[in-house]
Parts: sequence; structure tokens; C-alpha cells
Amino acid sequence: MMNRRKFLKATGAAAATTAATSVGPWVHTASAQTGPIRIGLMAPLTGVVAAGGREVVEGFNLYWDQVGKKVAGREIEVIVEDDGANPDTSLQKARRLVEQRNVHWLVGNILANTGLAVAEYVKGNGVPYFIPVIAADDLTQRKRLNNVVRIAGYSSSQTPRPIADYGLKQGYKKAVTISQDYAFGHEQCGGFCQTFTEGGGTIMQQFWNPLNTADFSPYLAQIQNLKPDVVFSMETGADASRFIQQWNNFGLKDKIPVLYCQNATDQSVIRTMGPEAEGLISGAHFCEGRDEAANNKFLADYNKAYNKLPSIYGFSHYSGAMWLAEAIKRVNGKVEDKVNFLNEVRQVKLTGSPLGRSVELDPYGNPVYDMYIRKTVKRPDGKLWNVPIASYPNVSQFWKYNPETYMAQPPYSRTFQGIKKT
Amino acid sequence: MSMLAFNLLNSLTFAALLFVVGSGFTLIFGLMRIVNLAHGALYLLGGYIAFTVAMKSGSFALGIGCAALAVAFAGFLIDTLLLRFVKNNELRQVLLTVGVALVLNDLMLVIWGGDTFTVPVPQWLQGAVQFAGITYPAFRLFVLGVGVAIFIGLWLLLNKTRLGALIRAGVDDAEMVEAMGVNIRRVFIYTLMLGTALAGLGGSLGGAFLSLYPTADAEILVFSLAVVIIGGRGSLAGAAVGAIFVAMLNTFGQVWFPELAYFVIFGPMAVLLAFRPLGLFGRAT
Amino acid sequence: MNKRYAWTAIVLAALALLPLAITGYHTSIATQILIYAALAMSIDILAGYTGRTPLGHGAIFGVATYVVLYYVTTANGSLAAGIVLGILAATATAVVFGALAIRTSGVYFLLLTLALGMIVWGVSLRWTSVTGGENGIRGNIKPEWLANHVNLYYLTLAITSLMALAMWRFVNSPFGLTLKGIRESESRMRALGYNVPLHVFIGFVVSGFFAGLAGILYAFYNSFVSPSTVELKQSVSGLLMAIVGGVGTLFGSLIGSIVIISLENVVSLYTERWSMVLGFMFIFTMIFAPEGLVGKARQILARRRSKRSS
Repeated sequence: MMNRRKFLKATGAAAATTAATSVGPWVHTASAQTGPIRIGLMAPLTGVVAAGGREVVEGFNLYWDQVGKKVAGREIEVIVEDDGANPDTSLQKARRLVEQRNVHWLVGNILANTGLAVAEYVKGNGVPYFIPVIAADDLTQRKRLNNVVRIAGYSSSQTPRPIADYGLKQGYKKAVTISQDYAFGHEQCGGFCQTFTEGGGTIMQQFWNPLNTADFSPYLAQIQNLKPDVVFSMETGADASRFIQQWNNFGLKDKIPVLYCQNATDQSVIRTMGPEAEGLISGAHFCEGRDEAANNKFLADYNKAYNKLPSIYGFSHYSGAMWLAEAIKRVNGKVEDKVNFLNEVRQVKLTGSPLGRSVELDPYGNPVYDMYIRKTVKRPDGKLWNVPIASYPNVSQFWKYNPETYMAQPPYSRTFQGIKKT
Repeated sequence: MSMLAFNLLNSLTFAALLFVVGSGFTLIFGLMRIVNLAHGALYLLGGYIAFTVAMKSGSFALGIGCAALAVAFAGFLIDTLLLRFVKNNELRQVLLTVGVALVLNDLMLVIWGGDTFTVPVPQWLQGAVQFAGITYPAFRLFVLGVGVAIFIGLWLLLNKTRLGALIRAGVDDAEMVEAMGVNIRRVFIYTLMLGTALAGLGGSLGGAFLSLYPTADAEILVFSLAVVIIGGRGSLAGAAVGAIFVAMLNTFGQVWFPELAYFVIFGPMAVLLAFRPLGLFGRAT
Repeated sequence: MNKRYAWTAIVLAALALLPLAITGYHTSIATQILIYAALAMSIDILAGYTGRTPLGHGAIFGVATYVVLYYVTTANGSLAAGIVLGILAATATAVVFGALAIRTSGVYFLLLTLALGMIVWGVSLRWTSVTGGENGIRGNIKPEWLANHVNLYYLTLAITSLMALAMWRFVNSPFGLTLKGIRESESRMRALGYNVPLHVFIGFVVSGFFAGLAGILYAFYNSFVSPSTVELKQSVSGLLMAIVGGVGTLFGSLIGSIVIISLENVVSLYTERWSMVLGFMFIFTMIFAPEGLVGKARQILARRRSKRSS
């Protein structure tokens, strides 16, 4: 056919020329070493964790504003993109930031599935990706990547283990878990279940709800029917606020004890809630009601800038920005040498952290924290916040296990929850 | 006893919401032959307006009222400014409403942002009530009551008023009604405004126990479609039966077959569309 | 006829030379445009040539993506087998959709395909053990030589050109003319003795086959699949591209894809309000130019030609 011949000729010629001259198109030549450092910040400004997403941006920018948007002689330019709480969108935005806007690094995202999609993308092109909130376990365990660093962050299964231990100490034996059905939920529940069952407890049943579940009533009916000693609720963002509301509306708040994950009772959720959110028990390394100098100062600064108490998202990204600043200082502003910069990032010891203790990465790249069991109480001014009621010092991503032995077991997923068979 | 009763109540209360929204949809579809794919966006708009008005004024009733009126007006605008240009072409109308849905959804994102909101309800509707050994949220029971009231109200409207008679006649044969000298255009507008007002009312109610967020419009739209397709175009009884059917499938599906949750709803809808597009109660013209 | 070949050659040459003029990032955008153009063309076979507007092709497209990515990454199969399975799965989906949908037309056809697409979406969302649910399936399945944006673009260009050629031959074949007849008047075709449901069914399956093929290319391009790939928005986008470009022209789908994706990229640089812009485009097109850009162009040309000759 005539046009087929023409087409073959045209493509053949073009292909030959291009093959001879092509270069990896997304490798941008080193920008001037005195120009601004462009940071691509991705956050879910819409979707189930939109409130938290906004605070990712606020917390991150607060630190840069405090240091005048300049470190080691270089300007800091933050370019924000909405990842829509959706992995496909996150991927698109990551590509746009790296290939069109030529950012030096990617930072951010909240939902683990979005983070994993971006991590897969940067695996191919070496762009540094910093994740103060993305908690997917394997990014600092079995599938570590050189250019993905969990600065000032935490891993999913790290934080629920003390909660499970606390539950065992309260005498709870039979537990039910209800969780969002995605990576973070699977891993948080896995961490909880393994510790709970290893301590002699049993998991009666596990419920998984899709992200953005508006109506929890089908689950509430079943949970009530099972009559568990305790429920572990792994919900974030709007799902958390709806769960808390509906749990209360169905009269279950005074009937069955609930242990919440750190995100469920986070400021971004409870800040707009009333009595249904009082007296909730959870566990995390960040506890805004802790009376400690660095923490109080951070709260004051945050309140001055944004007129609210900080959530874990604001806190994590504030710390993340602080971490990056330390690293930039260590290389005297020469961030274009990626390998060297990443090396320095891993060496940072964050002494100025709002946690009031030095934060550094363990040999596998995940920070070690003191964990607090928290309770939500109403302050004199009417606002709700989390205060510590118990603490677990120096909890790593591996809990009490030997790292190599632990990593030999499969990663937590829907089908593997670490439940010890009796 | 408890579990079954519980889930039945869950289904019925959710069905009430679906009925309120679906009845509006079926009226518009039945009379004007318009598949209004912006119905979900109008639901969400009603919810957001109810939220803002209720928060500012402290009155839930005022919130609902404003929502219904505002959305009815929005429906009027959509018809007068846009739909009238694509009359007589069903497909173009449907696709136009898709465009309207996109615009509305983004507009709401600009005005209210990406956060999730819950419409505040008065004290006496909060918390749970105890009866027959069950503890159940008061508000959901209220929604059930509203659903029944709307059903009765619409039934009276359709069967006992002139407008209702005209609507029913128009659903059967719009041309005939026009030939008899009735200003069918006026009937259409009233029906459209009623239908969209119902969507807005639905949004106010749904916004209180299911919350409002940017993708809620697509979710309720899809449910409304299932309700109307299963129940039958233009039929009030169909909307009620369809709503109960879909709500039960949704609730019990989530409990018994969580992995097939959507299949359980859209499977029957697809089968009906393929073999009995008029649904359970729809009538051919 | 010669004019048509000349135009085709010019367009192909322009597309082939494109990477020389633009950056690597924009080349990947061009790849995306081609893939969606192919999806839109497959939709056009039904919407434009058969007169049945579907809203479920995004699901058929995504089924192929899911199957090939699952087979290669989770089931550790070979790429070639994965591709074949993916296309088969998409075609099988089209067979099921088509068998149910042939009994309807107009708005009901639209709603039915919408519902069927929602079923696929629901399965991809909740069948977590296979599809990964919200996590999706990640996998760079491209062989080494395709890692380069430019090479991937050329492969995509080659394949989509062949697909376009095949679809063109299909809609202009005697079978295709029957479809056009069905679009014009179903009752007439029936009176003439044609088996209308069978023709629509075959048209549906063929269209699904091409949508599936586009889905395979998408797997290469995106290296990731999630429920977003099969959601309603995907079907709406594809349909919109076919409509804005011009249904019933095939070439219009390419124009529609270029216009919409380029606009999206440009608009997104300045504002977050792309959805609103898209919505207005839809409204505008439906009111003023339902025959699309290519359709409108042809109308204007035809009018000018008739003016000249009168």
C-alpha cells in the first residue's frame, strides 16, 4: 500500500537519525551550582487525606520560611503538586516534576500506595526521593533503594507494635481489626497482629474497607456481633473521622474498647470533632500534648503561622525540611552530586527535632523513636489533643526481632498478617 | 436476631437516602427523557450548601431548605442555559450533563476545597436510640422517616394534583400532552426543578451521616443509576423498590461478599439493562 | 483518493520527526497522545460508525493492562505470552460486554456499557489478592531497548499507525459499510435482511480488540496499573477525544487526543482547573459542534466547495 511504504520510509529515516543522537532524555545536565534548589513536593490536596495533605505543604514551608528560604547560600524553591491520593496521579505528577520542571528532589506524598508508585519511578532514574510520611515497610527493609530515604519518617509496622503490647497489658485477649484496604493498612495490622498474637492474644476476624468508605455500618454490625475484647482501628483522614463518628452514633463507644492507629486520632482528624473524639487511645512517636520544651516551641511556632495545633503530617514534613537543611549544610550547598548528597543525608543526626531527642536512621534507613501511648483529652480552651499515658523508649522498625531473621518472613500483606498459630 | 435486624436497618436507612436522590433522577429521566449525569454533582452541591448554611446559622432546617432551593435553581439554570440547545437528541443531552458534572465538581472543589465535611445536625438527632434491644443512630432513623415522607408527598403530588397528572401523562406520552394544548415546557421545568431539589435535599441528608467530599458525587450518581435502571424509568414505586433493592445488595454484599461488592450491585443492573431495560416498573411509551 | 494518501504521509512524517524537535518529556507526552488516540479510535468504531455510544471502553483497555502486568510481574510469565493474554482478555471482555449490549441502543446502550465498566472497576478495586486493589500492580515490563523515551515513542507510533490502518480498512470494508448503514437506519438494514445484532456484536468485539491493544501499549508506557486505569473517567476521556475530534472520522480521534492531552499539559502549568476546562469543552462541543473539529472542518470545506461550484 502506498501510504505504508511512505510511512516506513519516513520512520526509518527519522529513527536512524535519532538513534545516533539520542541521550537519556530525563537526565538533566547539572544546573548552575548557585541557582535555586528546586524541590518537588507532592501532597494529596484532594481525596481521603486532603486535610493532612495541606499540612504536608504547611509544615514543609514553615521550616523554610523560618530560615529565610535559603541554606548554605542557595535559595530553596518548593514546587507543589497535588497527588490526588491516587497512585496513578502521583506517578504523572512525579514525572512532570522531574522531567518538565527539573526538580532536584522529590519529597512528600502521604498514602503508602502513592509513595510506592513514585518509588518505582525513581528507581529507574536515580532522582532522590525523600519520604517523611510514606511508611511502606519494605522501603527500609527488603526493597531498599539507594535514592529513596526516609528522613524523619517511620515505617508502617513500627508504630502499632507498642499499641498491641499495651493492649495485652490491659488484659485484652480477643481482638478484631478494621483497616483501610491498602499497603499501609495491611502493614499496620500486620505489626499489630504479630505482636498481639505472640503475646498470647487471638485475632477473631479482620475487616478491610476500601479507601473513602462513607458508610461503616455493615462493618459495625459485624464487629458488634463478634463481641471482641478490643478493636484495632486503622483508619486515616476522612475514613478515621467517619469511623469515630459512626462508632459513637451506633452507641459502641462505651461498649467495646478501641485502640486507634496514630493517624486516626491525629490533629488533622480530631481538630474539628467534638465529644465523640474524647478519650480515644492510640500510639505514635509524635504526641503533641507532651509537655517538653522542643515540642512546646514547635506548637507555638505552628500555631502562630497557621492558627492550629500541628498534625503528624505537618510535624513530619517540618522535620523533613530540617533534615534536608542539615544535609545541604553538610555538602556546602553542592547538592548536584547526588550520590554524595544522599550519603550525607543518611548521616544526619537531627538534634533540633521537635521531639526533643536526636533522630537518626538505623542501619537500614529508618529512624528509631520513643513511642507514646496517647489519649485524646479536651484542653481548657476547648481544643482536643493527644497526651501521653505510657511510653516505650527506642522502638525501631524491627521491634524486638533480629533484623535479618525478621526480613526472612514475608512482608505484611492481605494474606500474611504475622498471626502466630497456636 | 441482632445482626439481621441491624443490617436490615442499615439497608433501609440507606435505601431512604437512595430513594430521595433516585426519585429526582427518575422524574427527570421519565418525563424529559434526560439521563442527568450531573445529578450526583447536584447532590454534592446541595450537601455543601446545607453544610455552609447550617454552620453559619446554626439551623439544620434552614440548611436543608436553602440547599433544596439553591439546587432547584441550579437545575433551572442548567435547563434554560444549556439543555434547551440540545433538545431532541438524547445522546447529546447525556453527554452535555457529563460536561456540567465536570464543571460543577471542579467549581465545588474551588469553593469548598478538598477536605471532608459533615453537615451538623441538631442535638436531638445526634447519638443513638435504644429500642427492641438494638442501639441505632438516631439520624439514620430520621433519614428513614424523611424518605417515607417524601414518598408519600410525591405520591400525593403525582396522583392528587393537576401537575402530577400532567407529569404522569407526560411520562407516558409527552407529544400527546402537548397536542392537548398544555404548555409542556412549563411542566418540564417544574419537574426538573423538583428533581434537582430532591438531589439537593438528598445531599443535605447524606452529608450528615455519610459526609461530603469531592468524589461523593460520582459515588451517589452510580447508585442512583442503579436504582432507576432497576426500578424503572419514571416510576415512583420503581424508585422505592429499586432503592431498597440496591441498598440491600450493597449492605449485605459488603458483609457476605466484600470482594464482589460492586459486582453485586452492577451485575443486576447490567442484566436488567440487557434484558429488560424498562426495569421492574417502567412502562413502554 | 490521492489527496488522502498525501495527507496521511504528511501526518506520519510529522509524527516521525517529532522527537527531534521536542524534549524527552514531551516525547513521552506524545506517546501518551498516540495511545489514547488509539483508544478513542476504537471507541469511534462504535460511536461514529455504528451509531452506538459506549462508556465502558476504558475498562476493556485497562483489562489488557492489568493482565499483562499481572502475568509478567506476579505470575513471572514471559512478556510475549503476557501480551497475547492481555489482548485475549480484553477481547473476551468485549465479547461479554457486546453480547449483553447488542440488545440495546442509544442511551440504554450508554448506561449498560457504563454499568459493565463499573463492574470491572469494582473487581479491580476489591479483588485485592489478584489486582492489588488500591495498591495496583507496579512493573516496568519494557525490554532494555525501550527504556528510552524516544524508542518507546517510535514503537508506539509504529503500532498505533498499523492499528489505525487496520481500523480504517475495517470501517471501509463491506462489513464496515453495513455498520454505517445500521447507524443511518437500523430498521432499513433489518428490512434488507441484515443480521443487525450480529453485525453490532462483531463491531463491538473488533473495537474491544483494538482497545485492548492500546491497553498493552499503556502498560509499557505507564509501568503501573490501578483501578484508576479502568475507571469511568477513562472511558469518558476516550469518548470525549473521539467526539471533540469528530466521531465517524477515525482521524478525528487523533486530533481529539492531541487537543485534549496537549491542553491538559498546558493548562496544568498555569492552573489546577483542568477539569473545569474539560467540562466546558464537553458542553461547548455538544451545543455548537457535535460533529467535532474534523467534522466541522469537513462541513466548512464542503460548503465552500458547493459555493464555488454554484
